Amino acid sequence: MKFPVKLSALLVSSALAFTLAAGSASAKTLRWASQGDVLTMDPHSQNEGLNNTMSDHVYEPLLTRGKKLQLEPALALSWKAESPTVMRFKLRDKVTFHNGAPFTADDVVFSIQRALEKTSDFSAFMQGIEGAKKVDNLTVDIITKGPNPTLLDQLTEVRMMNKAWAEKHNAQRPQDFKNKEETFTARNANGTGPFVLKTREPDVKTVLVKNSNWWSKIEGDIDEVVYTPVKSDATRVAALLSGELDLVLDPPVQDLDRMKRDGNLKVLEGNENRTIFLNFDQGRNELLYANVKGKNPFKELKVRQAMAHAIDVTAIHKQIMRGLALPTGSMIAPQVRGYSKEFDNRWPLDVAKAKKLMAEAGYPQGFEVTLDCPNNRYINDEKICQALASMLAKIDIKIKLNAMPRSLYFPKIQTGDTSMYLLGWGVPTFDALYTLQSILRTKGQGGDGNWNFSGYSNAKLDAIVDKLKTEPDFTKRAALAKEALSLNLADVGHIPLHHQVIPWAMRKNVTAVHRADNRMHAKWVTLK
Amino acid sequence: MAQQSLLARALDSDIFYSFKRSPLIIISALVTLICILGAVFAPILAPHNPFDLASLNLLDAFTAPAWADSGKAQYLLGTDDQGRDVLSTIMYGARMSLLVGFLATMLAMILGVSLGLIAGYVGGKVDAFIMRVADIQLSFPAILIALLIDGVARVALPKDQHDTLALYVLVIAIAGSGWVRYARTVRGSTLVERNKEYVQAARVIGRSKIAIMFTHVLPNVLGPVLVLGTLHIGEAIITEATLSFLGVGVPPTQPSLGTLIRIGNDFLFSGEWWITVFPGTALVILVLAINLLGDWLRDALNPRLR
Repeated sequence: MKFPVKLSALLVSSALAFTLAAGSASAKTLRWASQGDVLTMDPHSQNEGLNNTMSDHVYEPLLTRGKKLQLEPALALSWKAESPTVMRFKLRDKVTFHNGAPFTADDVVFSIQRALEKTSDFSAFMQGIEGAKKVDNLTVDIITKGPNPTLLDQLTEVRMMNKAWAEKHNAQRPQDFKNKEETFTARNANGTGPFVLKTREPDVKTVLVKNSNWWSKIEGDIDEVVYTPVKSDATRVAALLSGELDLVLDPPVQDLDRMKRDGNLKVLEGNENRTIFLNFDQGRNELLYANVKGKNPFKELKVRQAMAHAIDVTAIHKQIMRGLALPTGSMIAPQVRGYSKEFDNRWPLDVAKAKKLMAEAGYPQGFEVTLDCPNNRYINDEKICQALASMLAKIDIKIKLNAMPRSLYFPKIQTGDTSMYLLGWGVPTFDALYTLQSILRTKGQGGDGNWNFSGYSNAKLDAIVDKLKTEPDFTKRAALAKEALSLNLADVGHIPLHHQVIPWAMRKNVTAVHRADNRMHAKWVTLK
Repeated sequence: MAQQSLLARALDSDIFYSFKRSPLIIISALVTLICILGAVFAPILAPHNPFDLASLNLLDAFTAPAWADSGKAQYLLGTDDQGRDVLSTIMYGARMSLLVGFLATMLAMILGVSLGLIAGYVGGKVDAFIMRVADIQLSFPAILIALLIDGVARVALPKDQHDTLALYVLVIAIAGSGWVRYARTVRGSTLVERNKEYVQAARVIGRSKIAIMFTHVLPNVLGPVLVLGTLHIGEAIITEATLSFLGVGVPPTQPSLGTLIRIGNDFLFSGEWWITVFPGTALVILVLAINLLGDWLRDALNPRLR
């Protein structure tokens, strides 16, 4: 009697060994990295590029962007304007969440409501949206406050969650990231997307596996995606060179030449619609981190002009970015609707004039201020800040540089605990309103000034932004955007440095789709 | 003999005799001296002041060493990514490295010698306690303990004060991981000395325990401590460099050699080798010279090797 037991055990184990071997031979894993980690898995908590890239794998919006950034139906099949303030969406049938629950209109209503909550960081995408109403199980109306010409663009960033799942795990509202809240949704995910979150270890690695029940077909051949943050430039390059990684989203610019020459690697390059700019607190009457007491030097137009004259954007472009950036004087990139060459003017480099302006403003001796800077978010962010420090030192603005990883940096600036900071702003909607409303408008309700932590405020500009929200005519919109941007330029409300160029470095056997919004998607990746 | 001056006595000593006989040691001593002088007088000697931000020119960044084709005469060893002169940053960096090395060694010595003396002289439970703590600590690598102390301090101190206190935290971290060797050596010697006649005599005339420990026993156990100390300086400098390389050491605004190596490391692949190789070479030369001196001192002070 013992013999058959042993035999079957042998059979089982050999079969197991066989499947394991077969599995590892055919399963294709995409191992990719960039310098910092995804901040959270909650889809409505942090509107940040890399975070949205990761969310895109797991969660899906009603509409999405294709390989050429064109709008495509995702969870919605079709849409029609019922009235100027109501847009009716037909939802895709037989879509299930990763936990098996069917996707219905209730989930859409819930997700829209969730993205409207106070702790949501997606208020810029909820601009003008009042809420959603269920019509039937697969039809939903999105109600807007007025006509909303960018509604469809906005909805590409509003990702759908399962109502029952979120309620069960007590996550009806988004995680309050800046106040360091820890929620179930920060480490767990349940979307409808092409990949399922398998494990998430913050700052270590995040593993996704293919969703074989996905409603559409995955074009690429990736079964598993492993994301690892690698802070050190040299380590990231070494890992790619040695084949430990397949793709690096942000290879250090100084190493690109070498990578292009390497027979095992290739580099995809393109312009990103992300603008890097300097912000300074113009709201408070006394700066939080400066040696000037009782007044705020950044409130003086002349001080701001002096800084703009002292910052050598070309030198940053040449030495730090090694030519891989588009130096600019504009707060929005050329790919964004509303851009115009006319106001893309930089303040000419003129240290003597800058010094004179400082003296005229009453700061001939300069002052000392702390510059907050991320060190693992934008390309060469810390090095840019160091360069800014030495350029501003020439007009006696002594910068104390406070560089920190993004997980500390974003909560700090989002609570307004800063006097000066460096920010990069990409435009997922490809419309100027997104920048104008979030960055340039005075802080207000919803998306108004929701990333304006510098207290910049110009009533005339605010009025233009509010007009833009409902203006349907695109030529008029362009004129409005131009006016707003030239107002900001005259105010020196911010100092734009450059638009990023985003090279992706990968092994020769990797094929990926490079998009101007820097979103890598594993569904389009193949490994030969 | 008693009339001889101190200098004459020093020149006549065994130690100086063995010093004179070894050219390697003379070179090491010279190198160490040059390093120390260069570091101490960096503000006067350095060709540029890399911390005067206003004097930096970003357009001079990544200049190759002076002898290379694209080099410039005013930057002998080239410049780094922000246009700082590499030679000057090395001089200022060595200043920080040496300062941390010396302070950490001094602190470790004071801590270790005191605890060793107490353990050896008092004995009993006190001895057992101190030596068990030492044993436990010996089972961790020094760098781990330094990281631990630094990490705790980082959380405990507010961020804006951390930069100013980073130096002291680093000194405490390195000293805290290096006191054990002194304690063990001194305890061993003390156990031998405490039963000698001169100690008994001191006890008989009624001197206090502390007085006996520090005025009678201490001078007789210091020899090996000096040797350990010299060797420890080199090690402390390396530990500091490691911590700074890992980014937990001194703040980047007052870089040490380790920080410089870390900054330059990003440019190794792209061919700007001088940004990391020169600070690295400086670190190797400095530590090698100090260690050779320490080795020599150990041999010279050891009567059995003469």
